Amino acid sequence: MSAMATATRVKRPAGYRPGAGTKSARAANLVVLSVLAVLFLIPFYLILRNALATDAEITAPGWMWFPSSPSWENIPNLFNDPAVPMARSLLNSAVVAVATTVGTLLLCTTAGYGLARIPYRHANKVFYLVLATLMIPGAVTFVPSFVMVSSLGWISDFRGLIIPTLFNGFVAFLCRQYFLGFPRELEEAARVDGLGYWGAFWRIVVPNSGNFLAAIAVITFVGAWNAFLWPLVIGRSPDSWTVQVALSTFLTAQTVSLSQLFLAACVAILPLVFVFLFLQRFLVQGVAQTGLKG
Amino acid sequence: MAVSAPPAADPGSAGTGDRRPRSRRPGRLRTSLAFWGFVGPFLAGLAVFTLVPVLWSAYLSFFDATNTVTPLPEDFVGFGNYADMLTDRAFQDSLITFSVFAALIVPLTFACSLGLALMLNKVRFMRAFFRSVFFLPFACSYVVASLVWKMSIFNGVRYGLANSVLDLFGVEDVAWLFNPDPPWYWLVIVSLRLWIQCGFYMILFIAALQQIPEHLYEAAYVDGAKPGRQTFWHITLPQLRATSVAVLMLILIAAYQAFDEFINLIGNQAYARPPLVYLYYTALGTQQDLGRGSAGALILALIIAIVTLLQGRFLGFGNKEGR
Repeated sequence: MSAMATATRVKRPAGYRPGAGTKSARAANLVVLSVLAVLFLIPFYLILRNALATDAEITAPGWMWFPSSPSWENIPNLFNDPAVPMARSLLNSAVVAVATTVGTLLLCTTAGYGLARIPYRHANKVFYLVLATLMIPGAVTFVPSFVMVSSLGWISDFRGLIIPTLFNGFVAFLCRQYFLGFPRELEEAARVDGLGYWGAFWRIVVPNSGNFLAAIAVITFVGAWNAFLWPLVIGRSPDSWTVQVALSTFLTAQTVSLSQLFLAACVAILPLVFVFLFLQRFLVQGVAQTGLKG
Repeated sequence: MAVSAPPAADPGSAGTGDRRPRSRRPGRLRTSLAFWGFVGPFLAGLAVFTLVPVLWSAYLSFFDATNTVTPLPEDFVGFGNYADMLTDRAFQDSLITFSVFAALIVPLTFACSLGLALMLNKVRFMRAFFRSVFFLPFACSYVVASLVWKMSIFNGVRYGLANSVLDLFGVEDVAWLFNPDPPWYWLVIVSLRLWIQCGFYMILFIAALQQIPEHLYEAAYVDGAKPGRQTFWHITLPQLRATSVAVLMLILIAAYQAFDEFINLIGNQAYARPPLVYLYYTALGTQQDLGRGSAGALILALIIAIVTLLQGRFLGFGNKEGR
């Protein structure tokens, strides 16, 4: 039946489907895309150029495309500068991003699974409560959350940087939607084998949800690494700065040299560039998933 | 980490109790226990770090709470903080700044991300390459982008990229961020956010474009529709409706929370200070006026909620059948 239909399908002219078009239209499209791609890459080029130049080269009159001899000594200079807690802030960011990712994943997947699959009488009411908190825009709660965290004594502390960010209603919502679509037959089989909800979740559901979990994990990691407002509010002492807060401080203080500033920026984006290069499939999938559910 | 475990729910017993082979049809109690074991920790955290703070903040907003989170009863000021914030010229200005920002960034991001998605959908080779390039800025934090925009592209001196390019055309140097009169600082702020977020929304549009059934375009051809503009307005755009509504909402909500680039590019300057930056300096600056800060945060939350609901109503959330 479907074979017949395809055989008699109208042959469409150029321009109707993605990937088609007249030759000149396609060429024009490609040219525009290439120009835009170059524009989009300029900031990365500038970071790299300035990171490997000397201050004199950066501020010299006339445009410099690239320093004639890259100043590799900028790297040890940056990490040895006592005024700049670069290594410490990178370590803080790594701890915060990894802990946030692991914690969010643990809490939100279990919550999402419970909401989706356990036939508790009031499950729907609980779900609506979670939905209601989604209406509260995250950044607006920084004043009240600061009040809470400071009364717990978690200012300038990993606990304050990490724990309040773990209970992400949006991620829990996404997990619930995903687990609603998880094939019930697999869980039934686990049931027959004598596994309870807990066993079915860890032995059947989690191992079969690798792609989804990876997508959520990558998105959470990127968000946690790039977060600025919350770490700024909580990180009052330099020891607890994440790399974003440290960068912002150098930027506004303007006491460090330009080349050091850009080298610091380069170091700060390096981990995520690797994430983008190697895990982009999950990231794209995660982004598509998050948006389509909206 | 131990703090995140809920004091009320009992997650352990639900898990281990369920494991016995004979519990194929668990009783009511067992189901409840299992449910709270799964959902309890998350819910407890949500209560402690979202619900309680919001309520506490609402409480603080009725007090003269400077430098304290537990004001004394005699510091009660009723709606004084709200009246204060609503008549505060700086707070009003911050709302205007936000409105201008939203009016610029929402349509521009929408058009650019949709345009990129359409162009990528047409391209036959190197599609993955282009997608990666446009998506890559999303790896950059607003702090890093602000650094590049402020210190290298739009630094207002001769060696900056923007002024170097203008120089080629014999145009005078522009001060960009350092000129408190619009429009130049808007160009800097808006282009920064466009650069970071366009690729993100482009991915959403690409996913949606790939879901449009091909037979619609075939039918349009049979009916004599012209490819290009006609099919775009009558097929592509209506089919993207659900995604478009979601994307518009996401852009607007993100714009409300603009903070990172403003504080790093401009700092605490009255001419371009969005609400969050103002609230940050009110509540956590030298004054630590948590009462007024809380009142301002709640006013802002209310405005966001109303606008979100209105926008949802106006754009007809879920009006489209089958979506």
